[in-house]
Amino acid sequence: MSVQHGVASDRGMGGDPQAALRLAQEVVRKAEAAGAGEAEALVVAGASALTRFANSQIHQNVASNEVFVNLRFVQGRRVAVASSGRADADGIRALVDRAATIAANVEELEDWAGLPEAEAAQPVPGAWSDATADAGPELRADGARAVIAAADAAGVTAFGSFSTDAEAIAVATSKGIRAAERRTSSQLLTVSMGPDNGTGYAEQVSVDASEIDAAAIGRESAERARASVNPVDIEPGDYPVVLHSYAVVDLVDMLGYLGFSALAVQEDRSFWEAGRQVASPLVTLVDDGRDPAGVPAAFDAEGVPKQRLALLDRGRCRDLAFDSQTAARAGRRSTGHGLPAPNTIGPFPTNMSMDAGDATFDELVAGLDRGLLVTRFHYTNPVHSKKAIITGMTRDGTFLVENGEIVRPVRNLRFTMSYLDALANVQAISAERRCVRGFLGASVVPALRLSSFSFTGATAAG
Amino acid sequence: MRDLTSRALDTATALGATYADVRVVRRLEESINVKSGRVEGVASGESEGFGVRVIVDGAWGFAASHRLSTAEADRVAAEAVRIARASATAIREPVQLDGRPPANGRVETEVAEDPFAIPMHQKIGDLLAADRAMNAVKGIAWTESLYAAQREWKTFAATDGSYTEQVITHLGAGLEANAIEGDEHQRRSYPDNGGSWASAGYEFVRAMDLAENAERVANEAVELLSAPPLPAGTRTIILHPSQLYMQVHESCGHPTELDRALGSEASYAGTSFLTPDMLDSFRYGSDLCDIVADATVPGGLGTFGWDDEGVAAQQVPLIKEGIFVGYLSSRETAPRIGRGSGGAMRADGWNRIPLIRMTNVNLLPKPGMTFEQIVADTDDGLLFETNRSWSIDDRRLNFQFSTEVCREIKGGKPGRLYRNGTYTGITYELWRSMDAVGDASSWQMWSTPNCGKGEPGQAGHVGHGVSGARFQNVRVGVVA
Repeated sequence: MSVQHGVASDRGMGGDPQAALRLAQEVVRKAEAAGAGEAEALVVAGASALTRFANSQIHQNVASNEVFVNLRFVQGRRVAVASSGRADADGIRALVDRAATIAANVEELEDWAGLPEAEAAQPVPGAWSDATADAGPELRADGARAVIAAADAAGVTAFGSFSTDAEAIAVATSKGIRAAERRTSSQLLTVSMGPDNGTGYAEQVSVDASEIDAAAIGRESAERARASVNPVDIEPGDYPVVLHSYAVVDLVDMLGYLGFSALAVQEDRSFWEAGRQVASPLVTLVDDGRDPAGVPAAFDAEGVPKQRLALLDRGRCRDLAFDSQTAARAGRRSTGHGLPAPNTIGPFPTNMSMDAGDATFDELVAGLDRGLLVTRFHYTNPVHSKKAIITGMTRDGTFLVENGEIVRPVRNLRFTMSYLDALANVQAISAERRCVRGFLGASVVPALRLSSFSFTGATAAG
Repeated sequence: MRDLTSRALDTATALGATYADVRVVRRLEESINVKSGRVEGVASGESEGFGVRVIVDGAWGFAASHRLSTAEADRVAAEAVRIARASATAIREPVQLDGRPPANGRVETEVAEDPFAIPMHQKIGDLLAADRAMNAVKGIAWTESLYAAQREWKTFAATDGSYTEQVITHLGAGLEANAIEGDEHQRRSYPDNGGSWASAGYEFVRAMDLAENAERVANEAVELLSAPPLPAGTRTIILHPSQLYMQVHESCGHPTELDRALGSEASYAGTSFLTPDMLDSFRYGSDLCDIVADATVPGGLGTFGWDDEGVAAQQVPLIKEGIFVGYLSSRETAPRIGRGSGGAMRADGWNRIPLIRMTNVNLLPKPGMTFEQIVADTDDGLLFETNRSWSIDDRRLNFQFSTEVCREIKGGKPGRLYRNGTYTGITYELWRSMDAVGDASSWQMWSTPNCGKGEPGQAGHVGHGVSGARFQNVRVGVVA
């Protein structure tokens, strides 16, 4: 898409990380003046907008300017957290007062190891796009109309959204951390619905909204919807499968949450063991905040530079994501994967990517004698977290493949399956990878062919 | 406040809006998290801002800001109008709202003990006492105890003369004991997974008797480790209220949201198998199935004075004697099926638009049998208690749930304990098989404080009143 319209109405601090850093430093100074022995301020300021369409027309269209100030206020081993959506003097004063009051009333944390030591985060290229920051509602409407036009041409109906976000992130601490950067992201996704229950899906995520090809996304989704008209029932059971990137992202996200967090390991609720072979040797999974193929970020919510992690190295568990608290317990440094305090769910890999293979998508499908092609998963949830057993449904394009050819669409199926077993069953990986939205970030993932996947139920026609 | 709301509405009107509303919201939050006897997180949050929603040329626009000033009201109203004009380039049917009288008044949650006025150290002490009691049980790997409260001051004004003020307080608390042995991880929660929530004061937390229940909860978690897995089969099942409310939430609440049925959520949460042509004729459940969306019931997370479009709280029948009869609806969606809004529009803060959300979607109790009598009346069945995992397809038909506890019922008496109990089915097949519903003695409000919907994402606070029920021929034990 090349059409540009005007400028963003008001970025606030969203385009100025140094302004966000000045605010963070001011908050730290005020906290120290109020008696904090250590203080950390995280400032996230930005403008976000999203245009939503359904039944081939725009039905929701929103924009907001927001600021989030999060203060960790430490007195000795007493730790308090206060946050505010205000950046004015009265709001900051109230924020510090609330934090100081809490700190005076909480129990000491016996294993408090202090805020992380200062470590300069090198700027990461490719995290910001003026085209995204300047995108107005007209640009997003252009994108929506392009998707709708593709749907009209295919005789299907378009549903979806187009978002543009720009923010400044800064962290300042009493230990000398001074981290600041600006980030943008844009996402266009669409579900197409055809006659006779045919549905399709496609999405594109990019730092740069001008790189999003709305017409192409619209065509991909519409073609999938046309191909999935009149789905038939198929008996649940174990089938070889090809998983599109839109489905693979759920595997890596869920494993990131359940297993690759140091807190999950420390609480003995993870499958992770150093060197354990949990996936096929074909599978290498990394987390890299500097990967330009994803949505880059130089540092985490504690201002610690993001390290590259090899989470799965040729199928074996290797690295874990640490924040400062889990790192202190393990006697090591944070890897830069902390979330805003107070964070009880632990560190999280937010920039995952799986290494590409050498197959084309068509070759993956051609390798199925009799199996299923799955576009994406829906509403997945752990059934047994330590074994990474997940249940969920297929959605927006599930197809029966025979002798390497797609022969017909099938009605959506329920699966109940260990995602570790799924990765152990990987036979082939596509060369093409896509940046796909995830739980807390975006992941860069290929398509996969698996020797077996367990489908345990099917939806009804009603 | 009227200066800001009037300015936003006047500016929007001057710039061409045929309708506009504005919400000014201040939200105060606090939370305490204790893990294994250690106060892991104590936090306090405050946010405030306003959002302006307009209709221009038959299309919607919305803009919001954290800066509360009349100058910013001008800028935000103008931005909302600009956004609406962009929307108007891609509409096929102009927006039309139902008629409703202007809303005026003030409502405030009744709170006996203001949770924000109770000293933090007292609330921490209550959690620590319970958490330490769980940790004292041999075999417990780790524990977690939580408390959280939220208060919103919300002012709504619209170009039709509506002006309402609401102060709504929600809070919740709960315990969780975890026992781990090898690959087996068992969790037991009290009163509910993620805590139990209400629209109330701290008296609600005191009534939980957290410390009194801590040791029992921990012992149950340890006991589950040595329980056998639930065998696969087709069984009579009884859903304890702590699981039944989630069944109502996922398989009745969501499919009766009219925006889903009309496709507005198709790109994210999905649609609904309950289409408007099925109204007043489709057999959703057995004759015992009466489900009502009730925004007036005291204590519910879906209880309020007016929704975020200024529609007064009301009771809307959704399922009547098993027949699908109504939707959760809004001023825009209801006229499309020839009805008036059921008042179900709520937004997650000042920076989000209102969406159709469940209010309190309640399965009404039936006179005849208490919940205990339903158990005693069951010769061979399974009792599922406390939700652990949930999943349902994008049209809300195929569901699968697992619970923390699954206990065999033999000859009307509780028997063997199973671990990792699951059950699965098709929504209308399950509800049609319901042959017993508990009476009012076990009916109480449960809650979901994290119901996800919309783009950008919103977390909804919704309530569910249930008393427990029995179902026949249900597939169980999908994964052992």
